[in-house]
Amino acid sequence: MKDQRLETRVDTQTIKIEARKAQVYYGTNHAIIDVDVDIMDKTVTAFIGPSGCGKSTFLRCLNRMNDTIPSCRVEGSITLEGENIYDPRVDPVQLRARIGMVFQKPNPFPKSIYDNVAYGPKIHGLTRNKAELDEVVETCLRKAALWNEVKDRLQSPGTGLSGGQQQRLCIARAIATSPEVLLMDEPCSALDPIATAQVEELIDELRSQFSVVIVTHSMQQAARVSQRTAFFHLGYLVEFGETGQIFTNPKDPRTESYISGRIG
Amino acid sequence: MTARPLNPRAALDTRESLLVQDPRTKARNATEKRFRAYGLTAIVVALLALVWLLVSIFGNGLPAFRQTFMTFPVTLDAALLDKGGKRDPADLAKATTFTYGKVLATSLGAEVTAKGIDLGAVQPKDLIKMISEESPATLRNLVLADPSLIGTTIDFTVLASGRIDGYYKGRVTMESAALDKNISPDQLALADRLKTAGVLGMKFNAGFLTMPDASDKRPEAAGLGVAIVGSLYMMFVVLILALPIGVATSVYLEEFAPQNKFTDLIEVNIANLAAVPSIVYGILGLAIFINFAGLPQSAPIVGGLVLTLMTLPRIIIPTRAALKAVPPSIRDAALGVGASRLQTITHHVLPLAMPGILTGTIIGLAQALGETAPLLLIGMVAFVRDFPGAPPDGLFDPAAALPVQIYNWTQRGDPGFVERASGAIIVLLVFLIAMNAVAIYFRRKFERRW
Ligand SMILES: Nc1ncnc2c1ncn2[C@@H]1O[C@H](COP(=O)(O)OP(=O)(O)OP(=O)(O)O)[C@@H](O)[C@H]1O
Ligand SMILES: [Mg+2]
Repeated sequence: MKDQRLETRVDTQTIKIEARKAQVYYGTNHAIIDVDVDIMDKTVTAFIGPSGCGKSTFLRCLNRMNDTIPSCRVEGSITLEGENIYDPRVDPVQLRARIGMVFQKPNPFPKSIYDNVAYGPKIHGLTRNKAELDEVVETCLRKAALWNEVKDRLQSPGTGLSGGQQQRLCIARAIATSPEVLLMDEPCSALDPIATAQVEELIDELRSQFSVVIVTHSMQQAARVSQRTAFFHLGYLVEFGETGQIFTNPKDPRTESYISGRIG
Repeated sequence: MTARPLNPRAALDTRESLLVQDPRTKARNATEKRFRAYGLTAIVVALLALVWLLVSIFGNGLPAFRQTFMTFPVTLDAALLDKGGKRDPADLAKATTFTYGKVLATSLGAEVTAKGIDLGAVQPKDLIKMISEESPATLRNLVLADPSLIGTTIDFTVLASGRIDGYYKGRVTMESAALDKNISPDQLALADRLKTAGVLGMKFNAGFLTMPDASDKRPEAAGLGVAIVGSLYMMFVVLILALPIGVATSVYLEEFAPQNKFTDLIEVNIANLAAVPSIVYGILGLAIFINFAGLPQSAPIVGGLVLTLMTLPRIIIPTRAALKAVPPSIRDAALGVGASRLQTITHHVLPLAMPGILTGTIIGLAQALGETAPLLLIGMVAFVRDFPGAPPDGLFDPAAALPVQIYNWTQRGDPGFVERASGAIIVLLVFLIAMNAVAIYFRRKFERRW
């Protein structure tokens, strides 16, 4: 068992999530068409593309958050470590404990800062006692670069924080369940440059433990934090590869015009 | 080269000083002022109507909380009340209220003589007419409950008759008494003298809230006791049935139900049920609970069940609205950290919707409390003198209900009941205000949490 772990840590090219011929329909609207993506373990993957191209839709497929939208239908195969996550035997609740998510709009629970972070570990029974829970909360808040700002008011409501602080709280909440994959949908769109830098640093740090998928509208951010980049356009995955290659030497003309600012 | 203005009309604009209002601004401001005036007028009219209503209800109803009493020593003559002399309950019960009436009249006569009060033209045998017909029964019950009182003299407070009470409340005058066979001007004059002597006086009438209803001739003894207990029992039934069923239904429909024709049908039906006239629920209750299920008539359990049926859609609709109003981002957040659907609902959605749910429930309850029509159909209008027992068995005993009691009293002939009905309305209003205060309290309490 231990040896296996050691192995995966050495081999950074393990495939964590694999999508083949993924299709997403909203009613009759075909929002994601024939997408093949490999999300590597311990890697940051960035999804870029113009607004409405389906980045969020595809991201939400990866932890089955789309199940909550009645009109949404997913076809093709998406596997997590070789197991199809759309298999009828899979309980999406169990899946989401392993694939965490940070949403575009900060959405802390209307509870205390402490409870926001403690909620995940509590419902999954990850801690045995209060002391352990306290520790998890502190670690996660520290990782999310929020600890120093909130350590004196852990019991005040999470909704009373500023937008940027709320987003970092949501990140802390997402990593508190120690997921294997962290999905982030434009996590920095509400943040100032300083907080953005902190979150990017955090993402880089998280890479040592999880694989991270981040949707972003900022090319610079994608270039800074990700190792691999996927470019979506009108529901198609146009190009997917090493971030450096995508930004310096794109193969597809559409990618080129997007990153140089001609379409979007 | 001058740039062409974007808006062709801009060239026509005669721009003037900001200190002068242009005609469009003036017209806009005038419209706004007019609109505010309409609004204010509407509010003033509504307030005046409310004030008028309250003044009339309180003016008519407050006297019900004060009542004319007579207090004098009553000698419980053993020779009259216990002919056997053995204090045997069976023997004691043989002394009727008529006998006790005589005891009261004799004692009052003795008091009048003792205090040196001039009887005037009133015959000693007519003294009993100044006392409520209810009082001999009250005295009899007192003695039967405690036979050791026989042979002693007790200070006893009796209700004055309705006419004398009316005299002190301005309902009865010397002129009207002259035409009234139940009272004579001489008796009123004697009442005045008794008042001066301190035998007769007005005080707070707790009996209005604790005594049961009384017959047509005895408005002075009519109380709301049974009606209040009946209404409380019914509210209890409604609360324990309608709140859980309503909330569970709403949660299921809002969060779990598949979106199909069947669900749509249920939704349409619930919306329509909320608009069904309440008397229809009464007929339904009569058919199902009394004729089919065989539950007793006039019982709070049946009233409660009927009101539950009526209240359910009125709880479900605001509860669903409250659940809908919870932002979807909160559900996403909870699902995103791996909470199950039920956990999401119980941990996050329901607490957020709680103020709305409670407000809806309490308003539904308040409506049920004031509902009359369905209760008439299931026999809650019956004349009930006995208090229902303690729940749960008491729920099956006959009882009255506040709104029905009001309706009932407005139907009675004796003018004394007008005041009783208005007094009962005040009690009902107090209950409603209390319930709304509870609703507001809960809303504040739950809102403060987030
Ligand atoms: N809940 C939904 N119901 C129906 N259609 C939807 C829904 N969500 C998204 N869509 C459609 O799916 C397509 C992709 O939307 P998506 O939100 O994934 O875009 P995006 O790439 O995340 O855009 P943005 O960068 O603006 O967030 C759009 O055409 C959108 O209209
Ligand atoms: Mg998006």
